[in-house]
Amino acid sequence: MPSSTRTVFSLIIINKAGGLIYQREYQAGLRSLSTNDYLVLAGTFHGYDPPHNQCPLDISTSLDGIPIANEYLRHSVHAITRSITPKLPLAQTSPALTSPSGNAPVGFSYPNPGVPASGLEHLETEKFRLTCFQTLTGTKFLLFTDPMTGNVDTIMNKIYELYADYVMKNPFYQLEMPVRCEAFDRHLGAWLRGRT
Amino acid sequence: MSSSKASRIGEEIWKTRIDKVNAELVTLTYGTIVAQLCQDYDSDYQEVNKQLDKMGYNIGMRLIEDFLAKSGVGRCANFRETADMIAKVGFKIFLNVAPTVTNWTSDNNQFSLIFDDNPLADFVELPDDGRAQDELWFSNILCGVLRGALEMVQMQIEAHFVSDVLRGDDTTEMRVSLVRYIEDEMPPEEE
Repeated sequence: MPSSTRTVFSLIIINKAGGLIYQREYQAGLRSLSTNDYLVLAGTFHGYDPPHNQCPLDISTSLDGIPIANEYLRHSVHAITRSITPKLPLAQTSPALTSPSGNAPVGFSYPNPGVPASGLEHLETEKFRLTCFQTLTGTKFLLFTDPMTGNVDTIMNKIYELYADYVMKNPFYQLEMPVRCEAFDRHLGAWLRGRT
Repeated sequence: MSSSKASRIGEEIWKTRIDKVNAELVTLTYGTIVAQLCQDYDSDYQEVNKQLDKMGYNIGMRLIEDFLAKSGVGRCANFRETADMIAKVGFKIFLNVAPTVTNWTSDNNQFSLIFDDNPLADFVELPDDGRAQDELWFSNILCGVLRGALEMVQMQIEAHFVSDVLRGDDTTEMRVSLVRYIEDEMPPEEE
């Protein structure tokens, strides 16, 4: 199979505060963006709150000539797509449900209001596809692939596993900070190259 | 998701996805840590409990990603499901034990985990200084692990041991309480 049909161009990781913590390119082909543009892109997927002490994002940057104001970023496309999720009526719990002891009915449990609707997951053009995977902890993985690349979910899971191993289990990695873990680069790079 | 389904998931992951290490290496390493803390804090067992909890918390915040990546499970619909997930998948894949979930309060916000088997405590006898038996919670790191892990998935909980066979109790029981679901991850919705 020609490698072009399963190309992974690049990977971006965004922490739960919306900060860009990792960005690597694996395959030439995608025209490279400036870091600033990557951040704008990241902002699409996250209501971007610039850290108080630094603002890595040039607010006046325009994308397609439209000035990107803080407002736009706060109301990211990801958040907007999530907010238009249709609301469904709550399913009635079966009255037949009983607790293991068999007496008290377990009609409800503390509902979890933290269950978010998912937001934007794919963005596709003729030449590339951007897939967004948000973990339950709030970290976002953005993967740029060839639109023909199959099994993006599998690739995403593998990346998440490598991240859990070589980033999270590195005792000297500080949570939420930029990822500078050489072993992660190496294993991820090797795996992505190995599969193309 | 039912408890038995959680058990099956736990079994499956344990069999196929987990690198195993010698159990005694874990037991001895953990025992050494606790003994060293007791020495460092001059047998101030309250402080040792606190330190163990803190260490666990830092582990939990990292381990949750491994749990999610390996298990591929989605978000739990309620706290009961969370309890089964912790007992049957979490403890299973990391320690190869599956504590019993029991003693629910009627509001479904508190439960107990009963450990029939606790690999951390093998070979352990608490110091007989007359205080350790009443003050030290030897496996307290586990409380911290749960607290750290659940915080990362937007649940603030409180966990503590209420009995331990090491102290001569009949069971080893951990009490887990849901304090609240953390919602600040989500930007305020504008209606």
